[in-house]
Amino acid sequence: MAETIPVAHPHEHAHEHHEEGFFKKYLWSTDHKIIAMQYMITGMAMALIGAFFAYVFRSQLAFPGMSVPGFGVVSPNEYNALITNHGAIMIFWFAMPVLIAAFGNYLIPLMIGADDMVFPRINRLSYQIFLLSALVLISSFFVEGGPFGGAWTMYPPLSSNADYSQTPLGSAIFIVAVALEFIAFLLGGINFIVTAMNSRAPGMRMYDIPIVVWFIVLASILFMASVGPLIAGAGMLFFDNRFGTRFFDPAHGGDPILWQHLFWFFGHPEVYVVLLPAVGIVAEIITTFARKKLFAYKTVLYTAFGTSVLSFTVWAHHQFVAGIDPRMANVFTVTTLLISVPVAEMMFVYIATLYGGSITFTTPMLWALSFIATFLIGGVTGIFLGASGTDIYLHDTYFVLAHFHYTFVPIAIIGTFAGFTYWFPKMSGRMLDERLGKIHFWGTVIPFNLIFIPLFILGAAGEHRRIWDFTQFPELSAEWMRNLDKLATVSLWVMLAFQAVFLVNVIYSLRRGAKAPRNPWAANTLEWTTDSPPPHGNWKELPRVYRGPYEYSVPGRETDFWPQNQPN
Amino acid sequence: MSSARPIATTRSAAGMPTGRLAVWWVIASEIVIFGGIIASYVMYRLSHDSFARDAAETKMWIGAINTFVLLTSSLFAVLGHKAAEEGDGRKAANMLYLTSLGGLIFLVIKTFEWADKISHGHTLSSSPFFSFYYLAAGLHALHVAVGVLIMLIVAQTARRNLELHRVELIGVYWHFVDIVWIFLFPLLYIAK
Repeated sequence: MAETIPVAHPHEHAHEHHEEGFFKKYLWSTDHKIIAMQYMITGMAMALIGAFFAYVFRSQLAFPGMSVPGFGVVSPNEYNALITNHGAIMIFWFAMPVLIAAFGNYLIPLMIGADDMVFPRINRLSYQIFLLSALVLISSFFVEGGPFGGAWTMYPPLSSNADYSQTPLGSAIFIVAVALEFIAFLLGGINFIVTAMNSRAPGMRMYDIPIVVWFIVLASILFMASVGPLIAGAGMLFFDNRFGTRFFDPAHGGDPILWQHLFWFFGHPEVYVVLLPAVGIVAEIITTFARKKLFAYKTVLYTAFGTSVLSFTVWAHHQFVAGIDPRMANVFTVTTLLISVPVAEMMFVYIATLYGGSITFTTPMLWALSFIATFLIGGVTGIFLGASGTDIYLHDTYFVLAHFHYTFVPIAIIGTFAGFTYWFPKMSGRMLDERLGKIHFWGTVIPFNLIFIPLFILGAAGEHRRIWDFTQFPELSAEWMRNLDKLATVSLWVMLAFQAVFLVNVIYSLRRGAKAPRNPWAANTLEWTTDSPPPHGNWKELPRVYRGPYEYSVPGRETDFWPQNQPN
Repeated sequence: MSSARPIATTRSAAGMPTGRLAVWWVIASEIVIFGGIIASYVMYRLSHDSFARDAAETKMWIGAINTFVLLTSSLFAVLGHKAAEEGDGRKAANMLYLTSLGGLIFLVIKTFEWADKISHGHTLSSSPFFSFYYLAAGLHALHVAVGVLIMLIVAQTARRNLELHRVELIGVYWHFVDIVWIFLFPLLYIAK
């Protein structure tokens, strides 16, 4: 509050010149950029763990009984545990920390022209709780009985009763880790929302806020509004698991379906929680490299509001085979099909933005364009699953799996790489190598499609997704289906191998890369008006805003961009 | 890093002080957490007769006394806010101490009530109703305890006429805790 700003400390000046130690500067910092990097690095490290799990179980599935290099022979229980933790890690410990927490922390203050988050210490606490949650999850691999293997959706009774899951400690630890992670993001989310609402640079009106900031804030609100019931549910599940309550046990007056409602009431908005930041990142990149104003800024915004509201009405499409009343299934079919309208509209808006632009195919632009192309496939295949009739056939097949990977991989992997390559010059002060970047791009996107297109075909043929070794169930799978599975797995190996190019690129560029100027992409938003990398406090003098973020190629101007902070 | 607040904290583009804005968002997130428990409870209750039998075991007069205690403590929170607005930190602190006292009395009564229930065999795992009874009221009691703790900290600084705006923020939170109880009291005690 203005009237209670602490009167400047007498020692403050001395503080600024005081060189901080490594611990205080990098591990205990309250600077939003450092915290963003902490989230980014932790999230990407977790992604490597999740990817390793995928490599192990896919290898087992395609080549049953093989001794997977780096892991060994996969037992059925291990297979379940790997799948469960792959899903949980990729969504809770990779997509959310990187897309929302890392990019949100880095971009929100810089893009709205503030020197930091409004609550820097809560920001630090949020990361610390998140780190704790990751460590708690990893610890479940070292307890008696092993890690939880009842799928990331934690349906009871597998999650509530050790007699079924055979992981008495693993499942309890899993629930605790997820709950801690939620608390971390609630703290971070409140910080994001309040910062964007209150701390905008003078002159920045609602419609001058870059889309990515809007979308990260919307995602935080969406998360906050949807996660509450699941936090309550996680408490109930933990009590069932540890203290002998029977909230989800039908034999004692409980109801396992309630968990499904609580979980998916969060779980479906969660899709949009991670989608929105990625769509926002893509908006920034597309406008910059097409040198065009975003087509229909306000429409995009209203569309996102509409998507957010609708996303609360679709959750039971995950439960079409859970004994739901067919009349209710009809209602949820309608709402689910409805939500594809605003999302499709966003895609059309992006294509309209590209139309007639002078496009440069830089690495971030390639990632952004591939986001649109692949997410489109994910969206279209979702229609089959949203309609209860086809869903009953396709349920629990590889079709479902291919569908949500065609949504989550564009969001989490492609969205992250798009944002990372676009803002890397700002974050590090160095340019990434374009040639290595493009090799990495094609080496990721082509194998990605070769992994999941076969899985669509397999799913449509009825291949069940929760079987660890099809040679044990020959009646469930034909020879040609086994071959497609091998194609998918080999493609996964190729895709993972190409990630080494990315690591090499980052390490090489950090050491030898060309020095990045302030504004290497000639973009408009505020983060490009300060040094690369920005100093503590971001600007020597905080900027003032005069116009919207997408004024590219304005007729009659010498340059084809018009930074937000230039008076004229 | 220096302990000075960033300039970001002092801006108010939304026309509301940062602290107040944040407290409202915290409450919004809490509403959905309690909302999840209450909605689950109501859905179970509507479909299981055993709930009514078990609910008859709760003593309405204890709940009523606790409601009275909590609402009275909220009155002191309001008086504390008024004193803070007038710049009288000492009086505001005293009012917050009285509010905390109300919270503590609430918790003491709750402890005796639960001890009595447990001695009659109604434990956390004895029936779905009592699972909810302990879970919902327990989570609420946790909020009361944390509120009392924060209130004592706020009162300490307010006594020295510092950070007086915090008196309002903790008051807003306290009213929220109150309102949650207003929902829990009829659901757990009155409806038989």
